[in-house]
Amino acid sequence: MADTAQPAAVALDDATVAFRVAGDRVYTAVERASLSVAHGEFVAIVGPTGCGKSTLLNVAAGLLKPAAGSVKIFGQPLTGLNRDAGYLFQADALFPWKTAIDNVAIGLDIKGAPREQALLRAQGWLTSVGLGAFANRYPHMLSGGQRKRVGLAQVLIRDPKILLMDEPFGPLDAQTRQIMGNLLLELWNADRKAVLFVTHDLEEAIALADRVVIMSAGPSARIIGDWRVPLPRPRDISEVRMEKQFHELHREIWSVLKDEVMKGYAQSTLSAEVG
Amino acid sequence: MSRLTLLFWQLMVAVVALSLWQFLATVPVFGRILLPPFFFSNPVDVASQIVKWFSSGVIWKHLMITLWESVLAFVIGSVGGVLVGFWFARQPRVAAVFDPYVKMVNALPRVVLAPIFTLWLGLGIWSKVALGVTLVFFIVFFNVYQGVKEVSQTVLDNGRMLGMSERQLTRHVYWPSALSWMFSSLHTSVGFAVVGAVVGEYLGSAAGLGYLIQQAEGVFDVAAVFAGMFVLSAFVILIDVAVTLVERRLLVWRPVAAAERV
Repeated sequence: MADTAQPAAVALDDATVAFRVAGDRVYTAVERASLSVAHGEFVAIVGPTGCGKSTLLNVAAGLLKPAAGSVKIFGQPLTGLNRDAGYLFQADALFPWKTAIDNVAIGLDIKGAPREQALLRAQGWLTSVGLGAFANRYPHMLSGGQRKRVGLAQVLIRDPKILLMDEPFGPLDAQTRQIMGNLLLELWNADRKAVLFVTHDLEEAIALADRVVIMSAGPSARIIGDWRVPLPRPRDISEVRMEKQFHELHREIWSVLKDEVMKGYAQSTLSAEVG
Repeated sequence: MSRLTLLFWQLMVAVVALSLWQFLATVPVFGRILLPPFFFSNPVDVASQIVKWFSSGVIWKHLMITLWESVLAFVIGSVGGVLVGFWFARQPRVAAVFDPYVKMVNALPRVVLAPIFTLWLGLGIWSKVALGVTLVFFIVFFNVYQGVKEVSQTVLDNGRMLGMSERQLTRHVYWPSALSWMFSSLHTSVGFAVVGAVVGEYLGSAAGLGYLIQQAEGVFDVAAVFAGMFVLSAFVILIDVAVTLVERRLLVWRPVAAAERV
């Protein structure tokens, strides 16, 4: 593909992230992670709970600085926040005092776009995520799934070149997750941004992504596997799960992931006993 | 219980209490009046005193003055509390330096300041406003300070990732959050504004509800003391209703707490 000639949208090179905890102890969350996301590529990161998947995402967003290693965005070293990226958070991140439409329009407002134009485009985006009739609702009047839709519109209206998603559909119920997954793929298909999608759900990862990256259990989590997903696009999340290729790939990745999940579980119970 | 039965029983409490009061204050039980009129007056006298105040119109002047003092104390105290609370929350060093003094002033019972304010500002409304301000300020200040410090980290990160500068974060995230905390302390701070005004009047003034009660006490006119108390309660309830209406308008974006919904 011609894409390989271009610099990667996101390139982490030997990135190590460490936090100072209680006094002088240092906790290494992620160790020497190298990962690149090509332009237009959808990459999912899967790993056991507490393995530092979100940490890696925050590094790509510029919210965290790696202790060692480098982060490059379209070939340029990242300093400060990643201005090319839109970030969809796991927790509720909407502004509770703004209506749905104002929440979506804010990205344009702060760039100084004329108010009417910002509202018009925000209404357009709300319609694309299926919430055209909910413009004047405040976040607390919306369901969890609807809030995620507003969040998606809020991020996409700025037309970021890179989309970072931190278990965005984690808190939703199974049906809503599938619907949101299909919505995401549909929106993504329109202009194929580079996506880095963090999840603990392997099935979701395979159904959505072009590549699935597996991380080991933390601390000092590493990237231990990288699979290409050969399933054709466009995909339907619920149908793709029935296919033979899906099952084969799932079995293959799960055989690696299972050990890490058990390790992560053992560590979390151990640290609970110590703490 | 249906609304009507509830209302009935609520009214019954008042009727029974007032009847008992009237009965014990006028009819001798075993040859003795249990509530001597000199100390307890009776509901009929109190009611006629209230009617007299309103029909002659003297009460309006006092009500307006107390209202005006409360409003000024509330506005000045709130504006000061929001500004200083916001400033301290955004400048942790300033907050750390002033911390012991804030605690010290807040620990002081505000009533002792009343004579000083009277000395400085005279017997007019401003000494009462000052007393109310010292009460309102700290409530709003602590609320706003806490509110700004506890803005959700996710919402802040989201603002940053959406491209907000520090100034835009202040305007779109910190400021609305601070105001919402101020509004959530609205009932308490309005209540304290009235307390400041009335206590100030009581301790030395020439007009207002507190003055009215204090004057009546001075001449042992117990009926007028009770009348003043009833008018004051009604006054505070009316203000509280107004505050509730304002609150509903301002905090539409907030989920209704489970306790309030009942």
